[in-house]
Amino acid sequence: MKEVNQPKPKLEGKGLMLGRPVYADDLAPQNALIVKVLRSPYAFARIKTIRTEKALQLPGVACVLTYKDLPRNIITRAGQGYPEPSPYDKFVLDEVVRYCGDEVAVVAAVSEAIAEAALEFIEVEYELLEAVLDFEQAEGNRSVLHPEPEAHSKFDIGMDASRNIAASYRMNVGDVDAVLEQCEVVVRDRYYTQAQAHVMLEPHAISCYLDMHGRLTVVSSTQTPFHARRVIGMAFDIPRKDIRVIKPRVGGGFGGKQMTHGEPLVAAVTLKTGRPAKLVYTRREVFESTFSRHPMRFDIALGATRDGRIKAIDMNVLSDTGAYGEHALTVVMGAGSKPLPLYNKVDAVRFNSVVVYTNHTPAGAYRGYGAIQGLFALESAIDQLAEKLGISPAELRRQNMIAEGETSPIFKIMGEGGEGVAMTMDSCKLDYCVRRGMELIGWDRKFPRQTVGPNKVRGVGMALAMQGSGIANIDMASAVLKLNDDGFFNLMVGATDIGTGSDTILAQIAAEALNVSTDQIIVYSSDTDLTPFDKGAYASSTTYVSGNAVKKAAENMKRLIEIEGALKLRVAEGEVEFDGTTLRRKDGKGSISLKDLATGLYYHANQKQLVASDSYVGQKSPPPYMAGFAEVEVDLETGKIDLLHYAAVVDCGTTINPNLARIQVEGGLVQGIGMALYEEVRYTEQGRQLNNNMLFYNIPNRLDIHHVTVEFAESYEPSGPYGAKSVGEIGIDTPPAAIANAVYNATGVRIKDLPITPEKVLMALKQRRQ
Amino acid sequence: MKINVQLNGLALALEIAPHEFLLDVLRRYGCLSVKRGCDTSSCGVCTVLMDGVPVLSCSLFAAKADGHSITTVEGLQREVAELADFMTAEGADQCGYCNPGFALTVLAMKRELAAPTEEQIRHYLAGNLCRCTGYVGQMRAIAKYLGVKE
Repeated sequence: MKEVNQPKPKLEGKGLMLGRPVYADDLAPQNALIVKVLRSPYAFARIKTIRTEKALQLPGVACVLTYKDLPRNIITRAGQGYPEPSPYDKFVLDEVVRYCGDEVAVVAAVSEAIAEAALEFIEVEYELLEAVLDFEQAEGNRSVLHPEPEAHSKFDIGMDASRNIAASYRMNVGDVDAVLEQCEVVVRDRYYTQAQAHVMLEPHAISCYLDMHGRLTVVSSTQTPFHARRVIGMAFDIPRKDIRVIKPRVGGGFGGKQMTHGEPLVAAVTLKTGRPAKLVYTRREVFESTFSRHPMRFDIALGATRDGRIKAIDMNVLSDTGAYGEHALTVVMGAGSKPLPLYNKVDAVRFNSVVVYTNHTPAGAYRGYGAIQGLFALESAIDQLAEKLGISPAELRRQNMIAEGETSPIFKIMGEGGEGVAMTMDSCKLDYCVRRGMELIGWDRKFPRQTVGPNKVRGVGMALAMQGSGIANIDMASAVLKLNDDGFFNLMVGATDIGTGSDTILAQIAAEALNVSTDQIIVYSSDTDLTPFDKGAYASSTTYVSGNAVKKAAENMKRLIEIEGALKLRVAEGEVEFDGTTLRRKDGKGSISLKDLATGLYYHANQKQLVASDSYVGQKSPPPYMAGFAEVEVDLETGKIDLLHYAAVVDCGTTINPNLARIQVEGGLVQGIGMALYEEVRYTEQGRQLNNNMLFYNIPNRLDIHHVTVEFAESYEPSGPYGAKSVGEIGIDTPPAAIANAVYNATGVRIKDLPITPEKVLMALKQRRQ
Repeated sequence: MKINVQLNGLALALEIAPHEFLLDVLRRYGCLSVKRGCDTSSCGVCTVLMDGVPVLSCSLFAAKADGHSITTVEGLQREVAELADFMTAEGADQCGYCNPGFALTVLAMKRELAAPTEEQIRHYLAGNLCRCTGYVGQMRAIAKYLGVKE
């Protein structure tokens, strides 16, 4: 392999650092109207009256839109394949507002100052409704968030809007209660995970204009341009042929830009006025009015024999989807479908889940996608079980975890929103990951704790994780390759690079298949008019799903080149060889460079354009695996936790680009560390966000992160492009549980609700002393 | 009102509104490398150099730049390209949104600190947040960049 498994620099890296104007706001038309959104100050209210006359009279105001001005089409903004496994429960603008920050009205004006002033002139009278702010009180609450008759799901997702249930799912293998009863050792406990904000550094930004044909063009910082086109079309009853969505460079997404947020709002302005318009979210809007991670409550029971054979896992989940149900079902299913197959030698498993509506900022897709929540609960409980059994947590995991060549019935039962697919693990180096991680962290010397001073203790903790690679049998990707004169290629993909480096990785895959060097591939992604379909950047799918599509397209192109080469060299097909620059007759009696062949094809004899394409949909979703190890130092007087070292060993199959894969894991780890120790979207009793800015919502900074080690297992996934599995999400999954376990091993106190703050540790230490 | 600034080496009179922040003025005058990330001077992506010192342009009134020299990435293309080589070689560039502000801070640090330790580097750059890379890749790149330069 000469192009893949190589640490090639990211294609656009230099241009990005040189500050080239490539993001949505940089590319917005200079005469774009500035769009501002009036947002609800109340968690739950009905708009009794709304008057826009005064705002409209303000000079420079182009339009003011309320629910009265838009079609009443119910949509889901989830940005998933169609039909979406998410409830249709959202109108672009509605007369009911369901969280602080929900859209009330849209203003467009010639300047930001005028648009902001116009917001003040909109007169709204609200009828306050009883807000549901405690997700444990939401189910069956007398206050119902979605009584509107239009709310529905496209297929059975366990929705019951009358009881504030957006989705629910249950499954079991064997009789959990009976098996648990027979188990010699049982651990039962309750865990909570919190709402986390994505905090991608580029706020959501959208501009819209009508092109010369009158078609609506949307330039959006989105992970899913094709889904956005569909959602906008459905919201306004526009044929999809009249919409074009362009994804420029995207300044980070992490799932937060999978869903459509401002696109329909800006589109509404352009459709109404015929003028270009743009909306760049303020950071406060990103916090309050886009999405966060689903908070969850886990009731978990593990049963084992005295010698450490885990026999039963029972997981009961309550998830808070906030005001709208985007990804309600699929994220909660991820909380089961990803963690549960890790311990595949059990006799019985049960998973029961309910996702409720509350009057909080909606939850949606976020890197880790349920798995990180479920793994926090499961991997904490595994450590509790190990202690009760008197077995080392590493040993207990080694005895019970999934291995290469093995399977789990969960794979077949649970997919994303429906059934899954049966899989045998053709690649699973979890045993190596654990062994190597233990070496990197110095487990044998350090477990469980070392006292380093009168008030300071250190502890190590570990956790395992698995994720998936795309959504099997549902999500499709495609690629088009064009050979140009002079012998270079355009690769057009709908795959959406959001900063991960996927354009580079896909170019490497194409180059490998074509046997050319990566710099001969010019990538364009993604534009619904110009590039072929792709589901978008989510579900850890780009390398695996889009990568396979690119590989197939490039193999097709190579065949076309060889056919044309054979014609030119006057031999039968199959009698030429292509070495990346030159086509040679196998008999050695002639050759032609690709450059000359291509130039000839476009200017001289036998003239034709060579274009190849192909598509791919995964027949399975091979999981990447990871073992994560944390070493913490805890100050017993203050509860302060310093993360001294985090070591992660990952099996993502063959890395297409080892440097970019490593950064993906490192970045994921630090986001996971943020979730473990610092981050939480908090609300007042009235349902307003308390920390709706980056002063008060703290993501890890450079000083919080000391020593991080990332290594990869040597692994090869036969179904992946050149042996690759996914790597986008797996990195985030282990820190919450590994750090919680390390804090327990250091101090003897177990924090069961994230984040693990000094205050919680200190209170727990105090409680234990009493 | 008008302010006189030396913008990327050019003496210019810029038309500004009294309440405008430097960030908005710079973007209006075509310096699109300057990004807005947070509105609260917490993330560092709006960093520019004023008289060679990193400042947060999202919370600096443009009027305060009157009489000063302002440098953005547009004015330091050669130096930034050099740093970019180290960043891309490490794969530490990712989404790129924080990269111009980060690059300017690194260049200012290089001028200000002689042979900084890793700890000093982390302190100098603490205000430049990144959500993609997890920082350690950036540190590898900076270490190599500074090492090679010395």
